[in-house]
Amino acid sequence: MRSLFHKSLIFVIIAGFLSSCAGDKDRNYQYFPDMYRPVPYEPYGAYNIFANEQEAKLPVEGTIPRGWMPYDYEDTPEGRADAKANLKNPLPYTEENLTKGKALYTVYCAVCHGDKGDGQGTLVEREKILGVPSYDDPGRSITEGSVYHAMYYGLNNMGSYAVQTSIKERWQIDHYVMNLKDKLEGNPERSFQTNTVTQENSDNLNPAEPAEDLSEDQDETQSEE
Amino acid sequence: MKKVKYRHSTSRLLLIVALFLSFTVTSFAQDSTDVEAGEPATAADAADASASAELGDPEAGKGLFNSLCAACHKPYSASIGPALNGVTLRHDKEWLYAWIKNNAELRASGDADAEAVYQEYNGTAMPAFPQLSNEDIDNILAYVEQPEPEPAAAATGGAGAEGGEGSGGGVSVNIILGVLIFVLVMLLVVLFLVNKTLKNFAAASGVTLPERPSRKPIWQAFVENQFLVLVFSIVVLLGVGYFAYGFLMQVGVDQGYQPIQPIHYSHRIHAGDNGIECKYCHSSARVSKTSGIPSLNVCMNCHKAISEVAPETATAEHSKEFYDGEIAKLYDAVGWDPATRTYSGDQKPVKWVRIHNLPDFVYFNHSQHVSVAGVQCQHCHGPIQEMEVVHQEAPLTMGWCINCHRETGVQMEGNEYYEKIHEELSKKYGVEKLTIAEMGGLECAKCHY
Repeated sequence: MRSLFHKSLIFVIIAGFLSSCAGDKDRNYQYFPDMYRPVPYEPYGAYNIFANEQEAKLPVEGTIPRGWMPYDYEDTPEGRADAKANLKNPLPYTEENLTKGKALYTVYCAVCHGDKGDGQGTLVEREKILGVPSYDDPGRSITEGSVYHAMYYGLNNMGSYAVQTSIKERWQIDHYVMNLKDKLEGNPERSFQTNTVTQENSDNLNPAEPAEDLSEDQDETQSEE
Repeated sequence: MKKVKYRHSTSRLLLIVALFLSFTVTSFAQDSTDVEAGEPATAADAADASASAELGDPEAGKGLFNSLCAACHKPYSASIGPALNGVTLRHDKEWLYAWIKNNAELRASGDADAEAVYQEYNGTAMPAFPQLSNEDIDNILAYVEQPEPEPAAAATGGAGAEGGEGSGGGVSVNIILGVLIFVLVMLLVVLFLVNKTLKNFAAASGVTLPERPSRKPIWQAFVENQFLVLVFSIVVLLGVGYFAYGFLMQVGVDQGYQPIQPIHYSHRIHAGDNGIECKYCHSSARVSKTSGIPSLNVCMNCHKAISEVAPETATAEHSKEFYDGEIAKLYDAVGWDPATRTYSGDQKPVKWVRIHNLPDFVYFNHSQHVSVAGVQCQHCHGPIQEMEVVHQEAPLTMGWCINCHRETGVQMEGNEYYEKIHEELSKKYGVEKLTIAEMGGLECAKCHY
């Protein structure tokens, strides 16, 4: 009787140990971990070979990632004024570009600038970030160029979105922002451009995007029709 | 095998009740302090009636300030532009009208003051506000010239009380349990003592206790009954097999894995309460194999402006001071000095602990699932917008992958490019709606190569 009691006590203790070892702070053990662990460097890995052990790095000074083109306007008030006056959207104003721009706008911009572009996003309504202007703000009178410039470098409290979006994606967002501005100002809807216009544009109104990239896109749109 | 979620449900429940009680208590407390604080303020307002009448309506000014000025100005501390409290003492009103409506024009006219302000803030141009009337500007000035409110003592006091009462609830539960266990142990001891005393008493008074008749030991009876032994061994074998199978199947499965991260980043606050899209931070999930850990400049997109959490963000588990400390950790890592609003250039990597990790022999591509298939992040990662600390929700086993590929239909509408192949496959399998599996989603080499 007594020994049975003791045995069960030991059993309970062992069970307690086992269950406490299988905690949620550690990974489970693996069978043949050689098959699990990568030989090459994984994205975001920490390896001694890199400075700070950080695998995620910026491109080397003076180089650009593939599919990326340098942006000519400088991050100064003068550069901004220059972009505002002279920089134009190289993408044709098509329904596809606008739809994609809208989707991206919803992800990256709407949380502050609001779904309508009136500066009343969720974060503003919850008073986390204040002072987000409406796109029809007359003192700012945004243009295609100034919008792109702000997305590329950031402006005041707004950060740069060059990390999260590609050149083409930023121009698509740009189209949608100008569309929202027109709506807020009550201007008539801009009519969509056709592919013939695209052809003219592609000659080179696109200082920021490699030309072959754009022509590929046109091939796609043409083959779909 | 590791069921770690939703532990201590009773204690949580009690905590919630305690929290609820504390909220009601603190809200009462805040009400009363507000009333008290309100009284002298109105008195002061009455005394300053002439000044405020001169400047306009601060309530109307607040709305204008928040929508137009607050991006760069704070009333009581310098931000991108100067602190605005006391600006009417530094400049006269006509100058302010001219500056606010179009400061570039004022600077161009050769105004020395205007040029000095422009240079002091590193030549950051303030936009023009031609839409503001003199009256609007008066209202804004009235708002910023209000005396700085006392640091929200009521709010921080409330948070403190909250924390105290929350932990108080946990302690009291523990105390109750301890007392109960103590009482039970005491009862056992008393029973043993009584039994012993009675036996001693019986021995002393010469009462002989009846002896039990000796029987055949139970194990001997068990061994002699062969049928019982057979049934028993089958049951034991099945039981061992069941547990051994369960044990082997969970090897290498990290479901429920919930490591402590170097910075306590709460998905509940960001993705849940503030409704920030997952892809805002994890932007490469749209276009690449990995979902992407946001680099710290993405954090700074918002945290340039948000250096501390609002008092109502604090919960019973984590205080406002705790969250503010975590934001300070971010500033430290990215090398941002919130006082001077500059980057020091001294960056430290944040060593986030990877939670979801597939073995190296599996290929998985985020963009294929997120952009092409349009799968919601929560489908695999669970209710991430409710998680204070993220854990691995899905087992991420091959069976789990295959199951989804068998059940999920393919988006066939509006996909002219693949129309023909969709048609042929539909005919081949005799179905109207193709699943991923029928498109070849179960082929080994799709994921293992």
